[in-house]
Amino acid sequence: MKEEVDFSFAGRVLTVRIKCEIDHHTARRMRDKIDEKLYATKPELLVLDFSEVRFMDSSGLGLIIGRSQKGALVGASVRLCGLSDTLYKLIRLSGIEKVKNITVLR
Amino acid sequence: MKRIINEIKLRLPAKSVNEAVARSVISAFMAELNPTIDELGDVRCAVSEAVTNCIVHAYRDLPDGVDGYVYISARLYDNRELSVEISDNGCGIEDVTLARTPAYTTGELGERCGMGFLVMESFMDSLSVKSRLHKGTTVLMRKNLKP
Repeated sequence: MKEEVDFSFAGRVLTVRIKCEIDHHTARRMRDKIDEKLYATKPELLVLDFSEVRFMDSSGLGLIIGRSQKGALVGASVRLCGLSDTLYKLIRLSGIEKVKNITVLR
Repeated sequence: MKRIINEIKLRLPAKSVNEAVARSVISAFMAELNPTIDELGDVRCAVSEAVTNCIVHAYRDLPDGVDGYVYISARLYDNRELSVEISDNGCGIEDVTLARTPAYTTGELGERCGMGFLVMESFMDSLSVKSRLHKGTTVLMRKNLKP
């Protein structure tokens, strides 16, 4: 099975490079992997890099909100980057940009 | 009077792996009309939402070993309209208006965000939801592709 996420951790920043389509099927598996790393590293910043993500539905929004809540527990804020126009459309619709500990970079 | 130029019917077991199957089939089906990247993205996302609802909600109380099915029927019309109907024989929705409220969810707290119907509504040109308790739910979506 192809790895869905890649991690790198440096300078209190945990970067998660997501490498597959995000739907309910894949999100369920990714979230456990991300949470495990999040609790192990306790970063200040959790960066979710979407540059290799070609599809996302609202399960991805759930994944982001869920991680921002888990992140808050260990004192991490969440930054989204590498969003394509298609993905950004969904992000904008959801109002996720207004969540306190989430910042969105295009 | 619009005429049907192509149609497809699918029956898929309500397994999460079929979310990707459903949206891939529909995007291949609509390719004939040369949709824009934007239109394709919209439809793929809306289909994924509808199928996910069947899997996450409609059949959640099914006993182990019993399979629920998701039924998809799509049509292309000569006026560049695409219709996609997605239905299940699951538990049904008690209050459709409430279910369609953005951020309302009965799913796992903090993991499901209650945006499914909002996405379908926003990314398609029309959405109708018919549901009967213990009988199932049918979602009908239409999109008019740019000329």
